[in-house]
Amino acid sequence: MRVIVNQVEYEVPNQSVISDVLSLIHAKQPYAVAVNMHFVPKTNHAKHPLNENDQIEVITPVTGG
Amino acid sequence: MTAPLPNHLNSADALVLYGESFASRLLLGTSRYPSPQVLENAVQASNPAMITVSLRRQGSSTAEAHSGFWDLLKKMAVPVLPNTAGCHSPQEVIATAQMAREVFETNWIKLELIGDDYTLQPDTLRLVETAQTLIKDGFKVLPYCTEDLILCQRLVDVGCQAVMPWAAPIGTGQGPLNPYAMKLLRDRLKVPLLVDAGLGLPSHACSVMEWGFDGVLLNTAVALAEDPVVMAKAFAMAVDAGRAAYLSGAMKPQASAQASTPLVGTPFWHQS
Repeated sequence: MRVIVNQVEYEVPNQSVISDVLSLIHAKQPYAVAVNMHFVPKTNHAKHPLNENDQIEVITPVTGG
Repeated sequence: MTAPLPNHLNSADALVLYGESFASRLLLGTSRYPSPQVLENAVQASNPAMITVSLRRQGSSTAEAHSGFWDLLKKMAVPVLPNTAGCHSPQEVIATAQMAREVFETNWIKLELIGDDYTLQPDTLRLVETAQTLIKDGFKVLPYCTEDLILCQRLVDVGCQAVMPWAAPIGTGQGPLNPYAMKLLRDRLKVPLLVDAGLGLPSHACSVMEWGFDGVLLNTAVALAEDPVVMAKAFAMAVDAGRAAYLSGAMKPQASAQASTPLVGTPFWHQS
């Protein structure tokens, strides 16, 4: 199925979870995740099922004002 | 030799936000410095209460350019204030705040809900409901807002224990554009008021502190100075000076001249 991670399309197996996608993009700690604009805590990354066309945001700390 | 701090600048006059005390009344942004080393030196020079931070997509050019920022944050060991910069809807703000809470392990959030990309003016019509949602979710919300009295009052009504009106649009360095409204705000609201955005000079910071504001948050005025480290120190001193002036009670301006030196006994003087 197709999912979008940080605006890039990926094909992933059905029944993939967030942790699968984090491995796929080689996500580096620290990060946090939102799916379809809803925050998903790290305790749920290994069990949160993904669906076709899910929009996944993986964010990391940067400077800010 | 360093002189001891006067009583009004010691811990008895700490900035208190949501029950937490801070020795400094300066909050410093971490963006736009010439290098991470200059940022670190500016933070050391100004000793801010908190430093602001943000979140961006992993793999983006912004994130890649900040790959060492996490390590620098740990090294500096200054409390962080994550922002929701760039968010244009309440839902974006809430998701970003929750992600920030997990990454930075803090309940503090600088609420930014942008209503206009050109002026970076906050979306005042949806700011209050967004603040309320965050507060119910356990956040310590510091909302970036305009100097509008009713907006600030509504933010307090929904549980904000401090508000952060702008002095001028973000990054302009123009200084307070509406002193009347800002002084009125200070007079009407009893919660801590931090001026966030638009300051360009230490004298701007000193002025708002003289008016009774409780602190200032700034970034660009330091980061874009030719010497950000010296400017950071200058702002820290200006904030302290303004606070001391506010506490010491300024004289009232007089319409006519009044000699400072006693007249009685002036040599060669005689009553005409």
